[in-house]
Amino acid sequence: MAQIRIQNVRKEFGAFTAVRSSSFTIEDGEFFMLLGPSGCGKTTTLRMMAGLELPTSGEIFIDGEEVGMKPASQRDIAFVFQMFALYPHMNVRKNISYPLVSQGMKREEVKTRVAEVARILKIEHILEKPVGGLSGGDRQRVALGRAIVRRPKAFFMDEPLGALDAEFREHMAEELRALHDRMGATTVYVTHDQLEAMQMGDKIVVMNHGVVEQFGRPQQIYDWPATKFVAQFIGSPSMNFLEFEGMIGIGGKSVDLGGVRMNVPIAREGRAGRLTLGVRPEHVNFRDDAAYRGRVSAVEYLGTTQIVTLATEHGELKARISSGQKVREEELIGLNFDARTLSLFDAESGKALVSEGNEGVLAHG
Amino acid sequence: MSSYSVTEPSLRQKWVAGILVVGYALITILPLVWIIGTSFKSPSDAIAYPPKTFFTPTVEGYVNVFTTRTRLSPEQLQALGEPTTWYDKLVRKDGLVISGPSRFAERFTNSVIIGFGSTVLCIVLGTAAAYAFSRFKVPLKDDLLFFILSTRMMPPIAVAIPIFLMFRSLGLSDTHAGMILLYTAVNLSLSVWLLKGFIDEIPVEYEEAALIDGYTRFQAFYKVVLPQAATGIASTAIFCLIFAWNEYAFAVLLTSGNAQTAPPFIPTIIGVSGQDWPAVAAGATLFLVPVMVFTILLRKHLLRGITFGAVRK
Repeated sequence: MAQIRIQNVRKEFGAFTAVRSSSFTIEDGEFFMLLGPSGCGKTTTLRMMAGLELPTSGEIFIDGEEVGMKPASQRDIAFVFQMFALYPHMNVRKNISYPLVSQGMKREEVKTRVAEVARILKIEHILEKPVGGLSGGDRQRVALGRAIVRRPKAFFMDEPLGALDAEFREHMAEELRALHDRMGATTVYVTHDQLEAMQMGDKIVVMNHGVVEQFGRPQQIYDWPATKFVAQFIGSPSMNFLEFEGMIGIGGKSVDLGGVRMNVPIAREGRAGRLTLGVRPEHVNFRDDAAYRGRVSAVEYLGTTQIVTLATEHGELKARISSGQKVREEELIGLNFDARTLSLFDAESGKALVSEGNEGVLAHG
Repeated sequence: MSSYSVTEPSLRQKWVAGILVVGYALITILPLVWIIGTSFKSPSDAIAYPPKTFFTPTVEGYVNVFTTRTRLSPEQLQALGEPTTWYDKLVRKDGLVISGPSRFAERFTNSVIIGFGSTVLCIVLGTAAAYAFSRFKVPLKDDLLFFILSTRMMPPIAVAIPIFLMFRSLGLSDTHAGMILLYTAVNLSLSVWLLKGFIDEIPVEYEEAALIDGYTRFQAFYKVVLPQAATGIASTAIFCLIFAWNEYAFAVLLTSGNAQTAPPFIPTIIGVSGQDWPAVAAGATLFLVPVMVFTILLRKHLLRGITFGAVRK
């Protein structure tokens, strides 16, 4: 079991920079998610931790030991590939025992260890089968078996559920999380699926264009996004952005949104110019006496809730409200935002302005 | 599923396909059958007109291909006494005695050494080069690959004269090593290109998995990549062997006494009395065997490879 620390890691492929100066720490036993759109550098980061790519610069520590330039075979980690990469010319048992054989372990012990893993993963009945004919889920379990049989310091998983169909993915996600809780091993998991990241992760790193945008617990990231990118990437529908010209001083409690005073968490940082007010759809309330108004342009029914799309002076806005509330299209509705949940962003840089609400979260991000 | 199935051919289609395959097989096998048949004929049956389809088989051709014989007068034969072995007896009835072994066995051995030697060398070098081209960043990769391919853009025999002169000054003329080198040089481009195609098909994740599982790059290569490239290696080996085995022009040009292979030797098998066709046919038949056995042995691998491809995804 291990703590993993990434320090100023950078990776270039020729003229293309895949990862620019990333730093974060994964604590021992954490289920850690590397989240981002495709091409953001999350897989490259994982592969550098695993030793499948060498960083152009920067340091990677596993358990306090600098391993950046060590080959994968000497890092004592396990990797689960998206396409599983089970050795096709071996049966299930051989696949699982392969990492043990490389260590020169005695045959008896290999057998015991494989049996134990097979029991945990409930794949005892397929041990002697060739991997070719297995279903996606069973292949996934065998790949996991090959990873856990070594009792490595850490598990690295590159979109391990990506190759499964939707129904099975959810089931495997639960199984994976349960397996992690049982073994308590540090796990780094790459995904582009924000729901998967929120559901399974203890901590999340959100990456974009090779840059770490934010790093923290799922709820912190959801509630207090550090950038507009994170705000938009996480949550569905994503956070509403209301663009406006305005200003806020240090200690300011409100902004002027098209003539309407809008309360916000107390500012710790001032800014004037183009600003963006961010509000999550579930924090938009309909109140007839509210001064800020929007016209309903569409209503989507989702069972317990409904998504109402409104046209406002500062752009489109989506609200998530209970399905019980009656809303008609073209209706003009007063909108009230829950002041404690609002974020302000600098529209140019996309960075969140520090406030009473997010100062704790942004401090270590 | 009976008449509209997309995947299952109809009975008529099966018949047509069957007839085509059998017809093609007959056309290709017929000369082979004729050669094998001729090798078991007596010299007179072999040149009989109209050609004999049915005949009394004899191994005379095989005896002749392995021996040299001398014609003796009946008195001299009388003086020799009874023949001591069955093959002695066989040639005695034509008024001949066996005067010694022919050079066929030696030429045949040369063919085996040179053919298989160059095949092994081609596969070893070809696999290594193909792996490097497929997996590593090689400077000027595309240009190098094109250069390798371009060595096959003219018939190899076009450079026969320079090679002849080179071999002479290097002392490689008429040596096994020289012929192995030559055939390897000719086949290597094919081998690199074919094998690169096969290795490109193998997902790199398999090796990465092995690297993480604690194996070195080289171990990952021979424990994970090689078994999966077996199909490609088998078919490439067959191609290389067939070329080296059948090669005639260079063999005539560059070998004579020591390292001569079977192809230039077989046509020189001429009997004491006229053209000994059964002996030539026997030589050709024996010459077929190693490639046939090799192909049949590797055929299993080819089939196994096909099923692998089907389930990999």
